[in-house]
Amino acid sequence: MSNNQIVNRDDLVVRFAGDSGDGMQLSGTLFSDASALTGNDIATFPDYPAEIRAPHNTIAGVSGYQVHVGSHIYSSGDKCDILVAMNPASFKSQLKWAKKGATVIVDADTFTTEAMEKAGYKENPFTEEFEHAYTIVHAPITSFTQRIGQELGADKKTADKSRNMFALGMIFFLTNKTLEKTNAYLERKFAKKPDVVKLNKAVLSEGYEYAEKLELIHSKIVEVAQAQMPKGRYRNITGNVATAWGLLAASERSGRRLFLGSYPITPATDVMVELSKHKGLGARVFQAEDEIAGICSAIGASYAGALACTSTSGPGLSLKSEALGLAVMTELPLVVVDVQRGGPSTGLPTKTEQSDLNQALYGRNGEAPLIVVAASSSANCFYWAYTAAKLALEHMTPVILLTDGYLGNGSQLFRIPKVADLPSITPRLAKPNDPDYRPFRRDPETFAREWALPGMEGLRHRVGGLEKCPDGPLSTDPENHALMVYNRQEKVNRVANYIPEQEVKGNPDADLLVVGWGGTAGALTLAVEELNNEGKKVAYTHFNYICPLPKNTGDILRKYKKIVVCELNNGQFAGYLRTQYPECPMHQYNKVMGLPFEVGELKAEFERLLEM
Amino acid sequence: MERHFVPKTDAEYTKIDFTSDQMVKWCPGCGDHAILASLLAAFPKLHDKKENICMVSGIGCSSRIPYYVDTYGFHGIHGRACAIATGVKLANPELSVWVNMGDGDSMAIGGNHLIHAVRRNQDLDITIFNNEIYGLTKGQYSPTTKFGQVTKTSPFGTIDYPFNPGELVMGAQGTFFARTLDCVPALTTDIMVRAAEHDGTSVIEVLQNCMIFNDKTHAAITDRAVRDDRTIVLEHGKPMIFGKEKNKGLRFNGRQLEAVTIGENGITIDDIMVHDETTEDTGIHMMLAHMGGDLPVALGVIRNVKKPSYTQLYEHQMDECKASCKYTCVDDLLNSGDTWEV
Repeated sequence: MSNNQIVNRDDLVVRFAGDSGDGMQLSGTLFSDASALTGNDIATFPDYPAEIRAPHNTIAGVSGYQVHVGSHIYSSGDKCDILVAMNPASFKSQLKWAKKGATVIVDADTFTTEAMEKAGYKENPFTEEFEHAYTIVHAPITSFTQRIGQELGADKKTADKSRNMFALGMIFFLTNKTLEKTNAYLERKFAKKPDVVKLNKAVLSEGYEYAEKLELIHSKIVEVAQAQMPKGRYRNITGNVATAWGLLAASERSGRRLFLGSYPITPATDVMVELSKHKGLGARVFQAEDEIAGICSAIGASYAGALACTSTSGPGLSLKSEALGLAVMTELPLVVVDVQRGGPSTGLPTKTEQSDLNQALYGRNGEAPLIVVAASSSANCFYWAYTAAKLALEHMTPVILLTDGYLGNGSQLFRIPKVADLPSITPRLAKPNDPDYRPFRRDPETFAREWALPGMEGLRHRVGGLEKCPDGPLSTDPENHALMVYNRQEKVNRVANYIPEQEVKGNPDADLLVVGWGGTAGALTLAVEELNNEGKKVAYTHFNYICPLPKNTGDILRKYKKIVVCELNNGQFAGYLRTQYPECPMHQYNKVMGLPFEVGELKAEFERLLEM
Repeated sequence: MERHFVPKTDAEYTKIDFTSDQMVKWCPGCGDHAILASLLAAFPKLHDKKENICMVSGIGCSSRIPYYVDTYGFHGIHGRACAIATGVKLANPELSVWVNMGDGDSMAIGGNHLIHAVRRNQDLDITIFNNEIYGLTKGQYSPTTKFGQVTKTSPFGTIDYPFNPGELVMGAQGTFFARTLDCVPALTTDIMVRAAEHDGTSVIEVLQNCMIFNDKTHAAITDRAVRDDRTIVLEHGKPMIFGKEKNKGLRFNGRQLEAVTIGENGITIDDIMVHDETTEDTGIHMMLAHMGGDLPVALGVIRNVKKPSYTQLYEHQMDECKASCKYTCVDDLLNSGDTWEV
């Protein structure tokens, strides 16, 4: 193709949508991988239903995967430039995610009367008006794929499974990318099935050529700018895998065996699935009979000296509440990963939300403080899992790490660190045969107790859920209880002495301070950056350390005339900040739709507040 | 596959070595005292390194036992002792892990954890103190309380059918089940030693008397006057004989077990069943565990079957994975697959 057909862009958003079995997650992943390998920054957002295979061609069964590629990517993007819709149901339900004027590729073969009715269309959706508003490509994806299948001797069912490759081939042409990486992937993935490799490669290439021949979309070829990233070695990673790897790294660095006791739950399961692969690296994974056994086994493992973890999502965290209290009481290191989803109860299992914050902070009986941290990007789940483990082992306390479905399932570029360059982790191990060992003797600075492991000589002791005195035995003495409650709280409070100060980004001299926490950083960063670029003044601070808060939090909040706390819940972090800084009035921007923030809605809200 | 993980010692321990300095706070006359004494007598016979013994319990009177034994101990939360113990053993297979629970702890709130621990066959030694009542909360019916019994929460008699712990264990494919009485401490000690020697989950049910809230609940079989006729102590390879005169025995009549008297109706010793604790099929063991009423309650080791334990399988898999792992460290993993330099 000639150069004058190409439009240069800083970024591009592509959304793949189809039936749950149509392979849209794979198309999306292959596109993002190929983009990353050719130098783009990326972020992805899988948007899939809770049902595994809902009835064919229904809205309930639509599975989407959005990929944002470009030079400088913070989030998976608001709305897409290119929408691929593999059937009428996905077209109907996903069109709202397409920008006006977007290129919409549909599998024309699937728009039968029956399928359109199933999707809820009473008449043909492709009106003249519609065709003017979008660049619509009626691609004969199914028939072309089946023809290739026939030529290669594949049965219809097998051929249909490769329809996603046709769409992917078209996208590769439209984004001026070659098929090389994906072909290599297909050869690796189906190494044992040469027929499948052949079919998929042929369909992929057919899609590419089909798009090339189609004059309608020639003018739309987009060359996305290369990313300007710090030097280093990179890879693509999802938040859940990053979390698992962060725990593995912490285990290696701390010298403590990694134990994960978990029960499958969406969207956290992949943390356990990933660690299950790594017994070879020493990961001791235990699929428990329920959520409670998951955390209790982890507490037992912690008592026995492991870096013990449990991974879950909201309903699972509820079930773990009592045991979390036990971990607080026994002052054992424990990492609880909560990949948040829409709640309450079973809620929206596959959708994202930040509504477990209150549960993480307060969801236990008694005075039961613990550390809460939150990851803010798919890639930095690695560092926050690592940090959670470090804090747990060095401060002898349970730590809850909050991620969410958006971070956990989404993927991003990850600059690969060297484990040796990560901060050191020094567990508070007791010394065998120490005549002065007492179970609740504390470090005078951190207030952390020592960890005496069964098997160590001369340190036999008992722990448990009943209140103990500092020497170890049970005590119901009123003064002792007051002292132990104080000590456990003070131990968590003092973690603030060991964490970095909170930073302000954007324009620190602004009147408006945007406050965020956890998985919303991408959209918030971009919204604030765009407003500042447009000449507005907005400051921004994003929290990863939730409990305790960084020491300078109050100083920051008190500096700004207007504060808006943005979160995907009804204001839990805002409420938490108000209890600590009642002198600071705060606005809230909340969204509880199971969806991440969009940059557009944030900018509109911030502009409104600026004008107030 | 057959590996033992708990390090042994030549040290000659005595009961005193395992007695903690904590005051035992059970009611005077409680059956728990005798169970504790049996345990303290069993430990020196095992030659497990003292530092490697870990007692795990849940909540209830029985669950105070870790405080009274001078080993490592974890007094957990209600029902979760098996789950906690599972983690202890998985994190360090060199520990000898003992679980102590009551009937409510193990079969009501902790029923799920018990059956799954048994199903997995991890190397845990579980003792269930069965007094058929909630004692620590002062007398409510438990999952083993006799049908129709009046308790504080069943003033008109229970309409709950009770569990039989042995049947539960067999139903969950358990490999070791034994039953004993608090008032026969020597048998209890022997059984505890056998349980510890078994590779896999061992469950011991101790019929224990709560003299405050359910006194004499087991009296129909434990009273000296009737005990020999109402119970049978099973021994592997020996005929199933019981009775004061040692003249009664158990016979399988093709449909069920029946008690017979040797010398009556032409019955000889050859008609009496010989106990085989090692049969993999649970049929006879289930019948033995079920006995009561017209048949004597079975004591001793009812089932003791060899099957690779979860501990052995787990460590074997860990070793194999380590031997074939393509990564030597986490850095290798981080750099695996598609990566590129910027």
